[in-house]
Amino acid sequence: MMTEVGSETEVKKDSEQAGADKAKDKPEEASDTPENQKSRKAFSEEALDSSSVPVPTSQSSPSSQKKEKDSSESKGISRFLPPWLKKQKSYTLAEPKDEAKKKAVGEDQVIEESECQLPEEVAQPKKSLEEAATENQHNAKADEKEEKHSVSSAETQPAKEDGKEMEVEKVAEEKEEKQVEKEKRETKEVQTGEIKTENIPQKSPKKIKTVQCKVMLLDGTEYSCDLEKRAKGQMLFDRVCEHLNLLEKDYFGLLFYENSDQKNWLDPSKEIKRQIRSLPWLFTFNVKFYPPDPSQLTEDITRYFLCLQLRQDIASGRLPCSFVTHALLGSYTLQAELGDHDPEEHHSDYISEFQFAPSQTQEMEEKVVELHRTHRGLTPAQADSQFLESAKRLSMYGVDLHHAKDSEGVDIMLGVCANGLLIYKDRLRINRFAWPKILKISYKRSNFYIKVRPAELEQFESTIGFKLPNHRAAKRLWKVCVEHHTFFRLISPEQPPKAKFLTLGSKFRYSGRTQAQTRQASNLIDRPAPYFERTSSKRVSRSLDGAPIGISDQSLLRDFPTAQGGPAGDKVIDIEGVGQDKLKEGSREENGSPVKTPQLELIQDGKNNSLRVDGENIYVRHSNLMLEDLDKTQDDLLKHQASINELKRNFMESTPEPRPNEWEKRRITPLSLQTHGKKEDYISQVKMLPVKEKQWTAMPWIAEAKPEETDKSSHETLDIVEEKKQAEVGREETVVIDETNKGKMQVATDAGETCKVEHLSKKDSSSLPSDSSSSSSSESEDEVGEYQPHHRAIEEVIREEQEEEEDTNRKREHQEKIMQHVEATTEGSKLNVPVERTAQVTAEALVQENAVTIATEEKNFSEDMKQDLGEEKEEEQLRLNGDVSHVDIDVAPQIICCSEPPVVKTEMVTISDAAQRTEISTKEVPIVQTETKTITYESPQFDGSTGGNAGVLLSAQTITSESISTTTTTHITKMVKGGVSETRIEKRIVITGDADIDHDEALAQAIKEAKEQHPDMSVTRVVVHKETELAEEDEE
Amino acid sequence: MAGLGGGPAAFGRCTHAVVRALPESLCRQALRTAPGPEVDFARAEREHQLYVGVLKSKLGLQVLELPADESLPDCVFVEDAAVVCEETALLTRPGAPSRRKEVEAMKRVLEGLNLNMIEMVDENATLDGGDVLFTGREFFVGLSRRTNQRGAEILADTFKDYAVSTVPVHDSLHLKSFCSMAGPNLIAIGSSEAAQKALKTMQQMSDHRYDKLTVPDDAAANCIYLNVPSKGHVLLHRAPEEYPESAKVFEKLKDHMLIPIATTELEKVDGALTCCSVLINKTSEL
Repeated sequence: MMTEVGSETEVKKDSEQAGADKAKDKPEEASDTPENQKSRKAFSEEALDSSSVPVPTSQSSPSSQKKEKDSSESKGISRFLPPWLKKQKSYTLAEPKDEAKKKAVGEDQVIEESECQLPEEVAQPKKSLEEAATENQHNAKADEKEEKHSVSSAETQPAKEDGKEMEVEKVAEEKEEKQVEKEKRETKEVQTGEIKTENIPQKSPKKIKTVQCKVMLLDGTEYSCDLEKRAKGQMLFDRVCEHLNLLEKDYFGLLFYENSDQKNWLDPSKEIKRQIRSLPWLFTFNVKFYPPDPSQLTEDITRYFLCLQLRQDIASGRLPCSFVTHALLGSYTLQAELGDHDPEEHHSDYISEFQFAPSQTQEMEEKVVELHRTHRGLTPAQADSQFLESAKRLSMYGVDLHHAKDSEGVDIMLGVCANGLLIYKDRLRINRFAWPKILKISYKRSNFYIKVRPAELEQFESTIGFKLPNHRAAKRLWKVCVEHHTFFRLISPEQPPKAKFLTLGSKFRYSGRTQAQTRQASNLIDRPAPYFERTSSKRVSRSLDGAPIGISDQSLLRDFPTAQGGPAGDKVIDIEGVGQDKLKEGSREENGSPVKTPQLELIQDGKNNSLRVDGENIYVRHSNLMLEDLDKTQDDLLKHQASINELKRNFMESTPEPRPNEWEKRRITPLSLQTHGKKEDYISQVKMLPVKEKQWTAMPWIAEAKPEETDKSSHETLDIVEEKKQAEVGREETVVIDETNKGKMQVATDAGETCKVEHLSKKDSSSLPSDSSSSSSSESEDEVGEYQPHHRAIEEVIREEQEEEEDTNRKREHQEKIMQHVEATTEGSKLNVPVERTAQVTAEALVQENAVTIATEEKNFSEDMKQDLGEEKEEEQLRLNGDVSHVDIDVAPQIICCSEPPVVKTEMVTISDAAQRTEISTKEVPIVQTETKTITYESPQFDGSTGGNAGVLLSAQTITSESISTTTTTHITKMVKGGVSETRIEKRIVITGDADIDHDEALAQAIKEAKEQHPDMSVTRVVVHKETELAEEDEE
Repeated sequence: MAGLGGGPAAFGRCTHAVVRALPESLCRQALRTAPGPEVDFARAEREHQLYVGVLKSKLGLQVLELPADESLPDCVFVEDAAVVCEETALLTRPGAPSRRKEVEAMKRVLEGLNLNMIEMVDENATLDGGDVLFTGREFFVGLSRRTNQRGAEILADTFKDYAVSTVPVHDSLHLKSFCSMAGPNLIAIGSSEAAQKALKTMQQMSDHRYDKLTVPDDAAANCIYLNVPSKGHVLLHRAPEEYPESAKVFEKLKDHMLIPIATTELEKVDGALTCCSVLINKTSEL
């Protein structure tokens, strides 16, 4: 295996040196090269040296080892993390070593396995070092200088490790020094792809192991640089982007290939070494998130890279297009790279060196030329834009396909894209799950599951399972889904750099910026359009057709690009012109953009929802692997199906009218009074799925206003309100309540823990601790990932997400998590991360609490809101509005950290429903007034938050109580803004019952009770959302 | 340039139409989903001539008229024999064996237009053009008695630019028996349960959001939308004397030039407006 890998790498080197694409042909030859041998020697030396390193470590106790590791690990983050978090981190560090041995499984299992692995750790360090050495060997591509360097640094390593304490302090300087060093090398090596064998080892004062990384760029060139062995993905990525002069980099990522077709995204937040394991340090720079509307990119250079990616995608067949489109896109490529068609210069064969399609015919080339002529006068930037305008409409644009089987074993493809998950059978789309429809994404072993929101009038979520080829594939798919969901659906406020490390509690979360954030950031780009040359696509070698090889398909085989002649000069000018325009556009959008984005999306969703398919086919098609079964008996399932059918029938009988489905409506309502015509049905189901009845949404609070935004949102909200016939009354409390128990709060977060959950789901919570530990020790194959879009509800564009949590399974999970937290077991570090953060935040908040002044300060804090925690189901029936304190006792309180006040979400959702606006009915006018007022307050909040101006959420707590007909969810949020601390209590009361219920009375009662409970607070906002079955639609 | 470059704005553009005269054998031998009164041939012919006349004279399309073939009783329903989108034509393999030969004449005429021609040769595939709804952004293919999965796959392979989603069709002959495009982003849909269900499926499958125009009668939901340079939005729909309630709905489309056309006789053999023509937008003369 070593040899193989090594030779492969070697081949690449050769090919680079030769500047030709012969890589595939000469593995053997390559492995015999003197260089290689030399480097191996070097490696083994190193291996020896380094093997001595761990010895001291292994002798020390596991815990000290952890600490040590931690200190070196957490560098940048360390100051943001409370000490015990760091400790947790150390597990992660230590583990992979042994793991790697046993199985080549993902870097992410660390957490699950950490516990059981610990004992072995002591015994195994040596082996793992060898492994590390092996790794090095694989990096045979690294030049000799590198080797020497690393050897020398290896020698110093032990000392360094001994002096752990020191190390931490040194890290910063070391880094700087390294940086300098690396930069020097970079300049030499960039784009040459050549390896320098005769470098003089540079000894920096602190010697650090470095590794040479190579990155295949989209234009076919190679970038190489030296990185510290422990460098995180981000560092490499940043280097590459810097090299490319790319600012809008969030759409891109680095890939590494496990084998020819298994591509993995390098996680920026993790160490590279632990991700690639024994693979060569060879990466491919690619588009990771295809912007749905490339015209919204700020810079031409970004569009250019996107074009390059798409050209690759098209030429390789990953992005299918028709003949005509191939020709059209090809012609834009020519225009962008060659400029206007020049009959004299461009002879008939001038295009044959370009590849426009996987199989390119003479006819196509003729068509391309013909079209190229028609583009006369288009600047390169315009040609790129046109190219993208066409490409983005291709149905497979930005769709990341994964092979899978459905529940019946039929081969299908799962496509992850900006809008959700697409299911293909052969080339046909057979289903589609938009993100708003997906409640949960999880995987277990090689199964991948999505839990889907019930369709209109259905009461049940369904879970759909797919079988992936293996565990790794399932996890990959899961990750991609999580990332796409986060990137395209969530909004997060600007974060300080630490956010990168802190934002996401679990390793299984996307840690970069979301599209909304990156757009915002792009608006701030203030530089003249950078000069760049368009070259390259023509170097795509045709020989590569259909032969995607591991690392960077075609790109490796391309020639080194030569500068394009004439057009370049013109281009520069054009580019600048266009660039300016874009900038202007960007700034125009700036105000509204964060808001706007979600809005647009939401509108769409609203419509989708209102017209949603009832989903029967979904059940039928893919339901065999349903997770649901976990907590339902066969009878229940049948009942479920029966009631679905019934509902459907009823629905069909009535006039099909576009009406927002229940979820959609609920999203908009914080305090909802719902009447269900089918009371019986509901009640009978309550035990299985209390969820439906209980939802609460974050409510907006906060009190400064930014006029423009306010206005806008206020009428949008109004419109919606009436459309849905809901009255909104807001209740906002500015009184600081200190009783909110900060101390006991826990953030429970992590979805990644599913395996435990599942194990536990049938057990009593009292048995949880032992259980979870056993499950955590389970094999990597049992590793489970779970992701609930709703976790980030606060940041969510999608309101619906907040409603998801209540299923029983979930609750158990929470309980379990809480238990874990409380006990501070050695459970996964994932869990602990959020908690830690919370703790820290709490501390900060406390400090600031004293000051009582009105202020809008930056929110430096953003965290997923774990509302689900609050959903702990109280089986005891609490009376309506059961009092908070009582509930408190029973429910483990949690701190919910959020980046934005929950309000935002609500707002946006509301806005989103534009399609459904109608006139405000007179009846609701008074309420509307109230609401208007509320909105005035809300809006600024949102605005402020997106502008980086927000309070720190100190704590948030959600308590849910239920009785037969009511569910009360109390959400207490404490914010510190500037020096002022505000506490808001949001109560969501869901009343379920017949049409007989007097809603007005119920509302009055609810408000009254709320007042009684908190005499020192004032009700500032009340939102009433009423949902009735069709039969009762006429009711106010 | 056609293709994706044209975008939805070009939806409904049309330069040519292929139609075919109706054979007398239609009256007795044409396939029908349900027994019913016999077709009045003379009247059917008159209605058809009016239809062709509208396309030709009123809308200025180049109408290519194929002669009737008595051995092919259903040959007037040319839509089922070919799916043309932009510069590409897919010659289908109709689900009814008796209709397979209809494709030959269609092939000849389309060849004359110099389109990229794809023939469905797979013997396991069947596809009727009446099951293919092109919205300008994507295709929906009804899986019906006449169209199967394989046929839909071939369509997807032919029109690679577009998403092709399948929609189960149970209670009617074709997908377009109860729906059609009534505008660039507007789906006309019947009110029947089956129609509404199909619409929901389509909406679920689509990344795009369509407006819908719900008409009381399923058959009336089959209309022809054209974007004629000199006339703007043009909609051929079923006459008020046939479907008065549905006609009222169409009359609410203020931006459309409405042309009611009766298809009373052909309807007896499951004919509808779209069935009787293949519309082609020929932007380049090669």
